Amino acid sequence: MLPKTVKISKIIDENPSVKTFYFSHNLKSKPGQFVMLWLPDIDQKPFSISSDDGENFGLTVFKRGPLTEKLFTLKVGDRAGSTGPFGTCYSILPNRHYIMVAGGYGAAPLSFLSTKICELPGVTIDFIVGARSKDLLLFEDRLKLIPHLKIHATTDDGSAGRKGRVTDVLEELLKNATSKPLVVTCGPELMEKAVLDLCNKYDSDCELSIERQMKCGFGICGQCAVDDLGLCMCIDGPVVNRALANRIFELGKYHRDKAGNKINY
Amino acid sequence: MLHTTFLNKTFSNPIVLASGILGVTGASLAHMVENGCGGVTTKSISLEPRPGHKNPTMMGTDDYFLNAVGLSNPGVANALPEIAKFHSLSTAPIIASIFAGTADEFGEVAEHICASPIDFIEVNISCPNVGKEFGTPFAYSTTAIEAITKIVKSKSTVPIIIKLSPNAWNIAEMAKAAEAAGADAITAVNTISGLMIDIESRRPILANKQGGVSGPALLPIALKCVYDIYASVKIPIIGTGGVTTGRDAIAMIMAGATLVGVGSAAYYREKTCFAKIVAEMAEFMQTENIKSLAEIRGAAHTN
Ligand SMILES: Cc1cc2nc3c(=O)[nH]c(=O)nc-3n(C[C@H](O)[C@H](O)[C@H](O)COP(=O)(O)OP(=O)(O)OC[C@H]3O[C@@H](n4cnc5c(N)ncnc54)[C@H](O)[C@@H]3O)c2cc1C
Ligand SMILES: Cc1cc2nc3c(=O)[nH]c(=O)nc-3n(C[C@H](O)[C@H](O)[C@H](O)COP(=O)(O)O)c2cc1C
Ligand code: FES
Repeated sequence: MLPKTVKISKIIDENPSVKTFYFSHNLKSKPGQFVMLWLPDIDQKPFSISSDDGENFGLTVFKRGPLTEKLFTLKVGDRAGSTGPFGTCYSILPNRHYIMVAGGYGAAPLSFLSTKICELPGVTIDFIVGARSKDLLLFEDRLKLIPHLKIHATTDDGSAGRKGRVTDVLEELLKNATSKPLVVTCGPELMEKAVLDLCNKYDSDCELSIERQMKCGFGICGQCAVDDLGLCMCIDGPVVNRALANRIFELGKYHRDKAGNKINY
Repeated sequence: MLHTTFLNKTFSNPIVLASGILGVTGASLAHMVENGCGGVTTKSISLEPRPGHKNPTMMGTDDYFLNAVGLSNPGVANALPEIAKFHSLSTAPIIASIFAGTADEFGEVAEHICASPIDFIEVNISCPNVGKEFGTPFAYSTTAIEAITKIVKSKSTVPIIIKLSPNAWNIAEMAKAAEAAGADAITAVNTISGLMIDIESRRPILANKQGGVSGPALLPIALKCVYDIYASVKIPIIGTGGVTTGRDAIAMIMAGATLVGVGSAAYYREKTCFAKIVAEMAEFMQTENIKSLAEIRGAAHTN
């Protein structure tokens, strides 16, 4: 588990505070998994994999603090350290209707999942992507290229797609579903919790991605353990199914900081 | 066969989760009991909350594990509900690990933590990774060990265990000092100082630069420490360091340990390492016709 040196091969500006960085390395990852990205002298943090074609893998990053600010100054050819891939992945199933619910950079791992499943027989995708306003909507262009995928954009202010929340669209789709869909979601925890509640209401299968503070990423530090099961989200997550999510008491209520103190949502 | 009595408390098996591994929350500690250990140790707890060092805080290879977490913990006030949570989920014994920057502060944390349902206090005076903040670990000085042991003992309502460092060349002297000052048991050992360099970036891998070595590379070092301490003191020992298999654990008991601490094995054999080690111990005992661990405790000393 030593960091592997990886070179930046491409950078895409998604919006003023989000960029996708591609690294030339055959990561052998599955959608939903994450890597620990290290910039020497700065920090090392977990990031979901947003693409992996066997030659390059991508990370879609929201500029937030010291590590991501430094990352945003890097150029093609610069290097970083990567460990992983770690964690569980989303189910990849043929002959299934998927409903994806994405908020913020959650659109990235779900678009990776879409590219993997769209090639399978009988797969159709409703992709619900939400943002506060039009300029913050991520990945619309890339999603348009994926076959058997229908985009449902929502914005809080109505500047693109439908005015409202992703869960409004989800409820309509679940209400009218003819076959049993698989709902997969990635985004802010309170949004994911609302998605879970709807899936419970309509008895729909569901997979969520749970973010917790991570020090190691491989099941040693215990920083990412959830109440009351004590399972680590770097090993038994980040992707969990509906049954497991329903047993994670703290989901949507609180998470823990670097010291281990509870922070309420 | 594996039931072990340690300071009048019964452990269903002698394997205890070592401090700092999967021990941030009460639920996580209880989950490790489900995974087979006979008892657990909390991550070391201080008076005030600490976020710890920046990442990378740890790394591992097939041969060794290296960490400098920087003693992150939520502070004693917030640790109390986690211990209560453990108690509500599990009946296994729990050791509360504490640390501080001064002898008086050690006493304060000990007094505070005794308000929760703990079975023992482990006094961590041997972390090699916070030297910049706290200076040389107390575990290198008999004077410091005596002072800290006395004050913690006077403030505690449960037996106290002093955790020693393999960096101290004369660890048996340190154990004797702790015993003389009133310690009820010894944990040996904490990690030994080390460093690893990423040759592409030309930087130490850990953000703290230096860290503590644990895992397989630590086993022979830990065995020697436990062997020497067993020959020098009467109080029981928790033998910790590099145990990843049942055979390693048996060796630790033959060196003189009563309980066996296991941490980094969770990296090598996942969190199910505890049940695996316990099963391997039982299998060895059956093959060798050993009826109880008391039969082989310290066996390596008779010649
Ligand atoms: C499994 C997993 C997958 C992740 N995937 C991605 C990804 O694909 N893209 C991405 O941009 N980020 C992702 N993250 C989050 C990313 O690891 C953090 O945002 C990271 O802390 C950024 O580091 P920084 O040093 O730039 O900012 P920090 O200094 O760490 O953060 C700055 C501020 O943001 C807050 N903050 C940090 N992380 C979070 C969070 N997760 N939720 C709410 N507040 C937070 C901090 O409390 C702090 O106040 C993921 C996290 C996990 C656990
Ligand atoms: C990630 C990690 C964190 C640790 N944190 C602590 C700690 O907080 N307090 C402590 O006394 N020892 C700590 N240790 C040391 C262990 O408790 C143990 O003494 C050491 O790792 C040797 O055992 P092992 O080889 O079975 O891991 C830590 C070790 C590791 C690997
Ligand atoms: S991040 Fe360390 S156990 Fe999950």
